[in-house]
Amino acid sequence: MSTSANPTRSAAPGLEATRQDWLEPLIRYALLACATVSVLVTVGIVGVLLWQAVNFFGYVYYVNDAGDVVATAQELGERPAPADAVAETITPGEFLGGTRWAPSQYLFGILPLLCGTLLVTFGAALVAAPIGLGTAIYLSEYASPLVREIVKPVLEILAGIPSVVYGFFAVVAISPVVGAVFGEQTDTFNALNASIVVGFMVLPMVVSLSEDVLRSVPRSLREAAFALGATKYDVTAKVVVPAALSGVIASFLLAVSRAIGETMAVTLAAGQKATLTLNPLQEIQTMTAYIVAVRQGDNEVGSIQAYAIFAVGLALFGLTMVLNLLAQAILNRMRNSYE
Amino acid sequence: MSTAAGKADNPLERGALAEDAYMRRRKRISSLFAWLCFAATASCLVVLVTLLGAIFYQGLPWLSTTLLTNNASESPEDAGIKAALVGSLWLIALTGLMAVPIGVGAAVYLEEYAPSTWWRKVIQLNISNLAGVPSIVYGILGLGLFVRTMGLGKSVLAGALTLTLVVLPIVILATQEALRAVPGTIRQASFALGATRWQTIWRQVLPAATPGIMTGVILAISRALGEAAPLVAVGAAIDMTFLPMSLGDDYSGLPLLIFYWAGHANPQFHQLAGAAIVVLLLVLILMNSGAVLLRYRYGKNIKW
Repeated sequence: MSTSANPTRSAAPGLEATRQDWLEPLIRYALLACATVSVLVTVGIVGVLLWQAVNFFGYVYYVNDAGDVVATAQELGERPAPADAVAETITPGEFLGGTRWAPSQYLFGILPLLCGTLLVTFGAALVAAPIGLGTAIYLSEYASPLVREIVKPVLEILAGIPSVVYGFFAVVAISPVVGAVFGEQTDTFNALNASIVVGFMVLPMVVSLSEDVLRSVPRSLREAAFALGATKYDVTAKVVVPAALSGVIASFLLAVSRAIGETMAVTLAAGQKATLTLNPLQEIQTMTAYIVAVRQGDNEVGSIQAYAIFAVGLALFGLTMVLNLLAQAILNRMRNSYE
Repeated sequence: MSTAAGKADNPLERGALAEDAYMRRRKRISSLFAWLCFAATASCLVVLVTLLGAIFYQGLPWLSTTLLTNNASESPEDAGIKAALVGSLWLIALTGLMAVPIGVGAAVYLEEYAPSTWWRKVIQLNISNLAGVPSIVYGILGLGLFVRTMGLGKSVLAGALTLTLVVLPIVILATQEALRAVPGTIRQASFALGATRWQTIWRQVLPAATPGIMTGVILAISRALGEAAPLVAVGAAIDMTFLPMSLGDDYSGLPLLIFYWAGHANPQFHQLAGAAIVVLLLVLILMNSGAVLLRYRYGKNIKW
């Protein structure tokens, strides 16, 4: 409909007609400018992150024989470098492959942060995937209109509650329970707290997307299966879910992407200690939590930590973008197959 | 089955009995599955009830006028949310003023003007992707761009610009959906009467799409109200003792204060956080019910 022929106005000459002559193209270009803003935002994100990340990888500091950082190029300015020290930078290889994240010692290996993020995300997926898919199946295949009337708003409310509120929930409700269940080995802040709370956060997203795709499976498929003597379980689990599988997977991917980028709840629940561990009961630091930690502390502009958050942000942006585009591609393909 | 086999020498009947047991098992599995799905659904409800329960249990004893009239303080008895609440209202007002015209404009362009070229596809894909970018990434974009490069510093304008970027995709996607729901016949009828494209959009399409657009706008503003991560990144203050009076002033935000209090070592501050959340949720409910009312009033006039 938007592509229908533009009726160029050649009608009655008059004041309005002349006004329209310059107004129409003007509005068109103004609206185009609005649409272009969204592209500029992406360009801005990539540009700013890359530019600052380049500053991070180009940050020169001097290390003496004992391995201590004695000065940075920033501090020295025009003065000559200390004689007994070697100039060093963080290389992208050290950043992506390093197993220690200790910014105060100039150790910037992102693996502990990445591991923390993935640990929380994996745990959240374990919570959200079965509950979310189960709920979606119930709403699409079993629920009476009344139940749907109740559950739909509940999910909308859960989706609308800000992330920091979930963080509060983790602190006052989940953390004490996890501590009591798992006993002394548990840190107050740990990955499990964060997994549970992030799982709840992304649950509404999994449910609403999965329910949409389950409902879009044609009725005739279900009827054919029933006609062959299948039970309701057979129909649902062996016909409907497989038919909608790619959409369900796309909803999981979007939920995972959301969990990776989740910030406030994770910071409050999981803590601020970068640890390379797979133990969910230990305190960890995620990529997002590191950015928060730096921005909360008073790191002067121009310090290496102030640049490091952009390198971490770039990794975060890249990771979530790949997942989002993948999910989008799957959903688009699905939409085409049913239309 | 083995006892049944003894009685039934007739192979046909034996088959029927086995079939019976087999069907019973399948039906048991089927009903078990139904119950599991129901349990999953019920657990969503349980989560919401527990969440609200925890908030009110912690927060209710601390809900008082002190909370609304005082500013942040290191002693829980004197601490309040005044500056943070006012800062949040500033933020959502400015964010709405910037995000709604740009977002609706972009959506109108994409739905009503843009020819289906590769450029349109690029913009569309880009918007879907932006909707999934973590808000902390927008926060450090705001830090690099608005706070430092443009020199806006820790001003309420820098915060609002950052939040505008966060909610822009939400406004665009919701508006696009609302525009798509307006039947093409409305446009064709308007064109047939000699209206130009913009006249058609301004007088026919946009009024018809207003309820849907409103829903998206409220959703976006609610999101802006609850976002704490971008505010941390751009460096909004926590301990504000005065109210922002102009675009260049320092500011705080309610979610930021909640974050600070929820992470405080003193558990009394956790309860204060609960009380602040109650206020935050009240504002959210107020805004959303306003949206429902507006939607109802606008929706009444549309008949086709």
